[in-house]
Amino acid sequence: MSRIKNTFNRLKKKNETALIPYIMAGDPDLATTKTLILEMEKAGCDIIEIGAPFSDPLADGPTIQKAAIRSLKNHTSIADVLGLVADVRTTSKIPLILMTYYNLIFHYGEERFVNDAASAGLDGVILPDLPPEEATVLIPLAKKAGLDTIFLLAPTSTEDRIKLVCRVSQGFVYYVSLTGVTGARAGAVQSSIEESLKKIKAATDKPVAVGFGISTPAQAAQIAHWGADGVIVGSALVKVIEEHVGTPELLVRAVEFARTLKQGVLAGHGN
Amino acid sequence: MSMPDKKGHYGIYGGKFAPETLMPALAELEAAYLAAKKDKEFTAELEFYNREFIGRPTPLYFARRLTDHLGGAKIYLKREDLCHTGAHKINNSLAQVLLAKRMGKTRVVAETGAGQHGVATATAAAMFGLDCEVYMGTDDVARQSLNVFRMKLLGTVVRPVDLGSKTLKDAINEAMRDWITNVANTHYVLGTVFGPHPFPMMVRDFQSVIGREAKKQIMKFEGKLPDAMIACVGGGSNAMGLFYEFLEEPSVKMYGVEAGGLGIERGKHAARFAGGSLGVLQGSKTFILQDEDGQIELTHSVSAGLDYAAVGPEHAFYHDSGRIEYTYAVDEEAMEAFDLLSRLEGIIPALESAHAVAYCLKLAPTLGKDKVVVVNLSGRGDKDVMQVAKIKGVEL
Repeated sequence: MSRIKNTFNRLKKKNETALIPYIMAGDPDLATTKTLILEMEKAGCDIIEIGAPFSDPLADGPTIQKAAIRSLKNHTSIADVLGLVADVRTTSKIPLILMTYYNLIFHYGEERFVNDAASAGLDGVILPDLPPEEATVLIPLAKKAGLDTIFLLAPTSTEDRIKLVCRVSQGFVYYVSLTGVTGARAGAVQSSIEESLKKIKAATDKPVAVGFGISTPAQAAQIAHWGADGVIVGSALVKVIEEHVGTPELLVRAVEFARTLKQGVLAGHGN
Repeated sequence: MSMPDKKGHYGIYGGKFAPETLMPALAELEAAYLAAKKDKEFTAELEFYNREFIGRPTPLYFARRLTDHLGGAKIYLKREDLCHTGAHKINNSLAQVLLAKRMGKTRVVAETGAGQHGVATATAAAMFGLDCEVYMGTDDVARQSLNVFRMKLLGTVVRPVDLGSKTLKDAINEAMRDWITNVANTHYVLGTVFGPHPFPMMVRDFQSVIGREAKKQIMKFEGKLPDAMIACVGGGSNAMGLFYEFLEEPSVKMYGVEAGGLGIERGKHAARFAGGSLGVLQGSKTFILQDEDGQIELTHSVSAGLDYAAVGPEHAFYHDSGRIEYTYAVDEEAMEAFDLLSRLEGIIPALESAHAVAYCLKLAPTLGKDKVVVVNLSGRGDKDVMQVAKIKGVEL
């Protein structure tokens, strides 16, 4: 059984929602990313999503775009990110998911990627610009290597697409909570998420994690309360990193923020 | 041969590499487009506006002095520069805005490089009464300030994009992000034969009026098909528009001219077939300029409309098949052609189109006087006058 599946199973038994933080690899450097991953695990995070920077991240808002630019200053590559994963794996079993854009994987070579990813100890991959229709090469290769290919659903997804994505997505189904790009949003999360979650959960037994726009413990709590199996927080966390780049506070502040988010999902699920 | 296939592939190229949020919108767009294409009311309306608003058909003009000067093949210019707004871009913008209106959209967004597609979309949006926002890289805003002001006059909001290479590629990213966010009421008027399916097909179809007219016109003037055709290739919409009608005429040679910029060195040009490799960018699998990690490289061209890291997927297909030959003209050659056409023919070409003229200057003298060459003069050069003055060191 995959580490991702294991984690969701374990949490389900405890009636707990997974907190899945996203950070950009190499922002501001790979050593910091490694420490952040290990410290966030200690702070109660369940799965870590690691971004690999791409020059043209068209599903991302300004915060993650800027993080990619910071990381690309050091030319962080897919090989570097897989090296980071292997490094983390020497001491940690926390599930690690790579989120990036398809061209980087295509350019690296899909077969070479799934093999290198599997031996590094990566658990899954999310490519927001690769819909299932275009993943007919990657899906079987990843399956063979034991790498989960996680696909996304959005508020605009039709019934047919919900069925398709629920069928092909491995590890979990990623529900994009709003029509838009990544980025923190103030205020209450959209109430339509509850309805969408019900619809997706009716179509699959796979875990469903919700991301995009979730930026506070209260928002995370609400999503957990509506029955999500996981809550993904990216831009808000990356923003904390951005605000403390170059200061010794970066680590403490980012990890503390992750801890409050986990408390949020715990409170939400307990409601 | 019918391309693309149902999934939008041209051989190994093309496809629909788009975020999930847009997948339903792309399917809806494809269905709406295919239905409109069969609807006599829509095609009649489009024909009406092509004729009465754009001013089609555009002339196919015999460039006598240029022909004499070069001493070889007879040169004809397809005068897309005479379209309303000054370039072929309006053929596609008007049709897409008409389609958007039919789909019940109230707002359109577009990207622009040289500003011609932005102006064309702003124009069509004004005429049909839709809200319009145009994304434009800050580098392009600086070198095409005239077109920026034109768009504002037309009631469009111009959004400068100060990211990445600050040119066309980054404008497309931002326009896509806008579309992802506002897809419910917004249509994205993509300006070239690029992006996720159905855009490359739809834009090609809307531009193919250029080649249909040119075929009739050359048959009338010369009683035969041209021996060669030349068009510049940024994304490749004016080239596809001219060539499409002739693809199955094996006697017609076709040349696509990319921007060689300062020469084929990393970051100094936009000649994807000369310095690029297979990749996926902004929805499409095609030839792109990328580094060893797969990051998209910076590009350079004197012409904002050709300054782009990827090329339309159908072009990539015809590159491999050999049906279309791709070459490039460097900045200096394009500038020379710009000057020469202005002086010999009284036609100031867009810097983009000057790349096609530059290759004609090389090709025509190698062909006999009985041969006929058609050059797509995709746009007029008024927008480039300020920039050319600056390059020449002339203060206006």
